[in-house]
Amino acid sequence: MRHIAALLVVALLAAVVVFFAISPAHGWWLPAGASSIAHPIDALFDGILVVIAAGFVLVMALLSWAVWRGARSQPGRARTTHGHLGLELAWTASIGAVLVGIAFAQLPTWAALRDPRAMPEGGATAMVVAHQWAWRFAHAGDDGKLGTEDDLETASELVVPAGEPVLLTLRSRDVIHSFFVPELRIKQDVVPGRAISLWFTIERPGTYELVCAELCGFGHYAMAGRVRAVARTEYDAWIAERSRARLTNGAEDAR
Amino acid sequence: MSTGAPRRGFLRTWIFSVDHKVIGLQYLVASATMLLFGGLLAMAIRWQLAWPWTEMPIVGQLVFGDVGRVISPAAYTALFTMHGTAMVFFAVLPLLTGAFGNYLVPLLVGAPDMAFPRLNAASFWIFLGAMGLFLAGFFVEGGAAESGWTAYPPLATLPSAAPGSGAGQTLWLLAIVVLGVSSILNSLNAVVTVVKMRAPGMTWMRLPLTVWGLLVAAALQLAALPVLTAGGVLQLSDRWIGTAFYTPAGLLVNSVAPEVAGAGGSPLLWQHLFWFYSHPAVYVMVLPAMGFVSDILSVHSRKPVFGYKPMVWAMSSIAGLGLMVWGHHMFTSGLGFEMGRAFMLSTMLIALPSAVKTFNWIATIWGGRIRLTAAMCFALGFVALFVIGGLSGLWLAATPVDVYLHDTYLVVAHFHYIVFGGTVLAVFGALHHWLPKMTGRALSETLGRWHFLGTFVGLNCVFLPMHQLGIAGMIRRTADPSVYQLYEHLAPLNRFVTWSAFALAAWQLLFVVNVLWSLRSGTRVGRNPWEATTLEWEAPSPPGHGNFDRDLVIDCGPYEYGDAAGARDFRPQARSRS
Ligand code: HEM
Ligand SMILES: [Cu+2]
Ligand SMILES: [Cu+2]
Repeated sequence: MRHIAALLVVALLAAVVVFFAISPAHGWWLPAGASSIAHPIDALFDGILVVIAAGFVLVMALLSWAVWRGARSQPGRARTTHGHLGLELAWTASIGAVLVGIAFAQLPTWAALRDPRAMPEGGATAMVVAHQWAWRFAHAGDDGKLGTEDDLETASELVVPAGEPVLLTLRSRDVIHSFFVPELRIKQDVVPGRAISLWFTIERPGTYELVCAELCGFGHYAMAGRVRAVARTEYDAWIAERSRARLTNGAEDAR
Repeated sequence: MSTGAPRRGFLRTWIFSVDHKVIGLQYLVASATMLLFGGLLAMAIRWQLAWPWTEMPIVGQLVFGDVGRVISPAAYTALFTMHGTAMVFFAVLPLLTGAFGNYLVPLLVGAPDMAFPRLNAASFWIFLGAMGLFLAGFFVEGGAAESGWTAYPPLATLPSAAPGSGAGQTLWLLAIVVLGVSSILNSLNAVVTVVKMRAPGMTWMRLPLTVWGLLVAAALQLAALPVLTAGGVLQLSDRWIGTAFYTPAGLLVNSVAPEVAGAGGSPLLWQHLFWFYSHPAVYVMVLPAMGFVSDILSVHSRKPVFGYKPMVWAMSSIAGLGLMVWGHHMFTSGLGFEMGRAFMLSTMLIALPSAVKTFNWIATIWGGRIRLTAAMCFALGFVALFVIGGLSGLWLAATPVDVYLHDTYLVVAHFHYIVFGGTVLAVFGALHHWLPKMTGRALSETLGRWHFLGTFVGLNCVFLPMHQLGIAGMIRRTADPSVYQLYEHLAPLNRFVTWSAFALAAWQLLFVVNVLWSLRSGTRVGRNPWEATTLEWEAPSPPGHGNFDRDLVIDCGPYEYGDAAGARDFRPQARSRS
């Protein structure tokens, strides 16, 4: 009996460790990060993983040992101990120190993500409008302003320049959605009635899947989009091409 | 049985009783039924995630016969909404505060009943009404609610935003508001009982930790639940009389302006009110379980709880801090930079008492004379799995990491480890520990241990891979992960989880069999089968009306086990006088 009980804890320990160890090789792990913020976020993730792993191994080792020793047939009775202040203070203080450490380690990254003072200057690159169940995007037209008649509108795919800060304004027409691009490690809810700013820098040109992460009705699972990052020159060419198309067609070709 | 009690008919004894034990059992039956029901919904959810849009054998024909025998996107949304709501509000919370709270509190403090027996019966019947309203949602036009157990407006408030946001959502809200009233009454009763009805000599620092857990949970309910209930009333008023507490101006749903009279409200207001209650509620779902586990570990390892006072402090500070961390559910909602930082700090703080308790539990069994009863196995299982849930909380508390992990399967893994791996295992442990007191008959230890083994293994097979799914970026509440290329290689994991979930669910039959067998032919137990110290073991099994058949005087704490306990290795709290 005690063998099984203690082994069960050890088996759990082993299974968790092995499963986590093999996961990255199967792609059951963080997708490759493509934004500048992905580095510090992944570093935090890994750092906390180390703390978690250490805490987990420690607790499972203590638990299985206590069960193994405690459940054998032993003479006499257990010692009546009601506690130990020193031990209590020791583990409270050490756990507390680790937690404070984690708390402070993340502050700079949180500031880079959300502190308004870290917001790129020079106005929004594009406006994102979410609705059931699609993404629409608008870039400024010839007047250089967003939200005017000559906005360049697209759907499903957001084109942005790579290698420089991008600032988006997020709006929703109906319910709450969430702008989530796993490879960029960004997620921001899109709340109706509000215009929320979101910024990031994509390091490598490429196409990244845009996922709606907030339940927005029964079509939620299919509210997919893309973010395509292109080099600056290509981006400028794309904008120019779009404005020409707008003038000749008189309208956008929102797919 | 107390002597001379007039025999009552079946109805008076089992249905319209005001006896706290009967009411506890009524709650037990009702909430166990909802646990089963919520579990079945989960099976359908898992079917869809493993084999999206395919026909379910047999069940597809029976339940979804009229819609092509497959789960529709709308039905799927209703499934997980009702699963979450059933589990949180109608299974786990009432199991703890209703079933165990009612049954155990008077017995453990040495009282003949709850402070207000009639109010107690009323809270059960109101609970049953809420359950009826909740279940009625399945049968109305548009189907059951479809906005998640969190019911975020405007999705929840605008009937044009989802089929379930019509009558189904109204019933859902009514159920939550009515349930709120019931739980407030129930909690009030529990608090007053502990404050006023303790037996002579039962000082605060002699209360078993089970009582502390239930008491702190009840206090937390009293502090936070009125907020959710009021928030729910506001949502109802948005629906019924055209206020717009939660509805901003200028909406276009399906390209038309929704038919709402008012505008200018804020969707985030609901999130604040909801989480102001529902974060404390997650602790209400675990504090009593922590109490049960502390007691079970101590009794079955024949050793006092290590650090009784620190445990009481930890539980109380979890409750106090628990009222200040709700914003960690809103890190990506547009809460703002400073608010995010503040809630991150308070969340880190609350991890401390939870972690400290883990070490106290291990120290409790350390050097004990452990009896590996089924109850003990489940309590040990709680400790192991609670740790996993707590540790993944660290990722979620770190704001930049949470930005990535929020609303992914990692969150699902996190809270299932705590609520299923933790609380539900603790409840199984508590049933093995206390059911003999409730029925007078023992459960089968062998069957109980087998049940534990399979449940423990199954739980990990179901919920461990959900960490990887979440880390890989898979969002929760998705009806079909194959929509995204990013999730393509996750399909094998999803199918593994589903197979494991089916096995885990089937395995629970062992417990049902065990209980039924025990009720019919379990060996009869005496007053104190576990050689435990606390007061419930002074009463007959099952206790009669009025609980105790002798006067109790309490002259020591609840954990006098081991070599200093006296003639035997345990010293009961009560000295009998008569
Ligand atoms: C040990 C300390 C804990 C920490 C640091 C922690 C942290 C968190 C955080 C930050 C979230 C929000 C995640 C997100 O949505 O992005 C969360 C979600 C959740 N936690 Fe914990 N948690 C802890 C313990 C617990 C306990 C003890 C319970 C339950 C008894 C619990 C139940 C939940 C639930 C139910 C949710 C998800 C609610 C939802 O979105 O549906 N957590 N936790
Ligand atoms: Cu969505
Ligand atoms: Cu919370």
